[in-house]
Amino acid sequence: MTTHIFKPDLPAPSRDIGVIGWIRANLFSSWVNTLLTLLGLYLIWLIVPPLIDWAIISADWTGESRADCTREGACWVFIQTRLSQFMYGFYPTELRWRVDAAAWLAILGAAPLFFRQMPHKVRYGVAYLLLYPILAYWLLHGGFFGLEVVSTSRWGGLMLTIVIAAVGIAGALPLGILLALGRRSQMPAIRVLCVTFIEFWRGVPLITVLFMSSVMLPLFLPENMNLDKLMRAMVMVIFFEAAYIAEVVRGGLQAIPKGQYEAAAAMGLGYWRSMILVILPQALKMVIPGIVNTFIALFKDTSLVIIIGLFDLLNSIKRATSDPAWLGMSTEGYVFAALVYWIFCFGMSRYSMHLERKLDTSHRI
Amino acid sequence: MQTNTKARVPRGSLLTDPQARAWVFQIVAVIAVVAFGWFLFHNTQTNLAHRGITSGFGFLDNAAGFGIPQHLIDYSESDSYGRVFWVGLLNTLLVSVIGIILATILGFIVGVGRLSPNWLIRQIATVYIEVFRNIPPLLQIFFVYFAVLSPLPGPRNSLSLWDIIFINNRGVQMPAPSAGEGFWPFWIALALALVAIVLLNRWARARRHATGRSFPVFWCSLALFIGIPWLVALVFGGPFLWEVPELQRFNIRGGWVVIPELVSIVLALSMYTAAFIGETVRAGIQSVSHGQTEAATSLGLRPGRVLRLVILPQALRVIIPPLTSQYLNLAKNSSLAAAIGYPDMVSLFAGTVLNQTGQAIETMAITMSVYLAISISISLLMNWYNKRIALIER
Repeated sequence: MTTHIFKPDLPAPSRDIGVIGWIRANLFSSWVNTLLTLLGLYLIWLIVPPLIDWAIISADWTGESRADCTREGACWVFIQTRLSQFMYGFYPTELRWRVDAAAWLAILGAAPLFFRQMPHKVRYGVAYLLLYPILAYWLLHGGFFGLEVVSTSRWGGLMLTIVIAAVGIAGALPLGILLALGRRSQMPAIRVLCVTFIEFWRGVPLITVLFMSSVMLPLFLPENMNLDKLMRAMVMVIFFEAAYIAEVVRGGLQAIPKGQYEAAAAMGLGYWRSMILVILPQALKMVIPGIVNTFIALFKDTSLVIIIGLFDLLNSIKRATSDPAWLGMSTEGYVFAALVYWIFCFGMSRYSMHLERKLDTSHRI
Repeated sequence: MQTNTKARVPRGSLLTDPQARAWVFQIVAVIAVVAFGWFLFHNTQTNLAHRGITSGFGFLDNAAGFGIPQHLIDYSESDSYGRVFWVGLLNTLLVSVIGIILATILGFIVGVGRLSPNWLIRQIATVYIEVFRNIPPLLQIFFVYFAVLSPLPGPRNSLSLWDIIFINNRGVQMPAPSAGEGFWPFWIALALALVAIVLLNRWARARRHATGRSFPVFWCSLALFIGIPWLVALVFGGPFLWEVPELQRFNIRGGWVVIPELVSIVLALSMYTAAFIGETVRAGIQSVSHGQTEAATSLGLRPGRVLRLVILPQALRVIIPPLTSQYLNLAKNSSLAAAIGYPDMVSLFAGTVLNQTGQAIETMAITMSVYLAISISISLLMNWYNKRIALIER
């Protein structure tokens, strides 16, 4: 009996595998695709080489004044000489170590929270959240324990942007959670109050809210009570963001199965205990990406404080570009600002995606 | 305080009775809010009295006395603050509507591009989204306004497109239409064409249902839409007279001027919002299972029709709700126009009028109600549309 011996398989045609195969499948699979590829290449050719040329190859990197910018590309000297102003605003130069110290404390203090095996993580986190703001206020503003006062009108630059965003989120988170609970409450009066509050703040633009903080808030407060401009803006930012956080948290609360509420009640837990021990830990974990996204939006929105004359990063740069000694530097200035904002926002959005994957305990394949 | 059971819990003492506690809690909350409101009201009264400001909306009839660079309705310096309100409102709506249209078109292109089989297009769309949605919209507006439009040449050296449209640092100047001889016949013809198209569509659908034969509806409709008004224009004369801007010694006169503030805010906002709409569209299309595409293809539909008849109708259900909130965001972000001095609701009313009259509470209340009204109407409109296209389940 003869056994039939199959010939060995031929390798796939060289045009279907490897680099050529990939290119054929992804770039030139049909004539429409070929056309799109050519269009895309044309777009890239239109934008990328001039950009690289302007920003790197024919840019001026070193120097002290405008006269040092002799080439036709970007003049990064402008950014270099003004960098400290963009970072600290008008914060007194000899006291800037306090801002640096606050920043390093924030980073070093928060670092242990990112290690999974850290013991007493929750306790440490709560202590950090309670203590750090006091410490930061002492360092940045001063006025007690031997640090001299730096009034908020001298704060500025990236530091101010981060301060507004951080205070905004730290205040908005607890308020937003309370509002979300109130919106789902079974007490009609509480529900109506919370819904009205949330829908009002979500319906108006932040600009009008900031306008309100500068023109209406002084009218609302008792005459002898004087909040400075930054404080007023922060109060408004907190209310505004709390409404958005409330909607995010509500999504999480709605996603918790009813059985969890019932089980908590069956255990004999009262409202607050069942919320704090059972519902909120699950709901908040579910909406962490949403909260980070709200924070990104808040970080971008801080740029609006330019309207009420605070000198955040964007306003410092805008002011610097209208300096007569550096006229015509708006492109460089705004590109630098865009880069800073972009790094922060992109980093946070990547982190939120990472969290989403890490916290995903559903058993999807 | 709160239980999920409707059954009445046996009453121990009044202190531990959930319903009694709920009542007390609510009454306390309402009293607190009312007291806080009264506190604010009282403070405001005292402060206003001290500053000598009389409240009320009477100031709306006073003459404004300042000029506005862009007004869609007739306006002069002697008009009242009430008129300023309408000018500002229309300018805000103008930005929102143009922005929403541009952002939708660009957003759908980017969203579909994110799912293109073409690798290069996919990457370009991704880079676009990641760049534009992570930069504050205000910064994008500043960039277009100060870094792109301001350095443009002056009117003398305008960039011109076929000597009809001129682009310079004072904006874009383009031909302005005015009514010609065939103005009314043209619009009547257009309306007739639309009616004819609707009838043709009905007839074609009825015939398709009855006999299964299809009719080239699209091309016939297009022919009707262009043909009838064109024929009428041939008979009665052109519907529009075009006033073309002309380059004079120092300036360009005539035509429509689109001010640079409008150009930059519309461009920046639509590019920013398009990045978000792109992600929405991508998520919507991806939510339609691949089996739908395969089923449609196996029925013999071509790729364009698969997208149009099978994928999009299902994807739209997922896309519409987040799309609505993007539209709302754009409408609210249009208030950023105030930062570059575009005469919108905020910069005219909460800015100039407030500064001139000192009526802080009234102007802010008017401005905020306008945005609340815009928000509520867009969301009502979209809810209605959403209900119409929602999946009707058994």
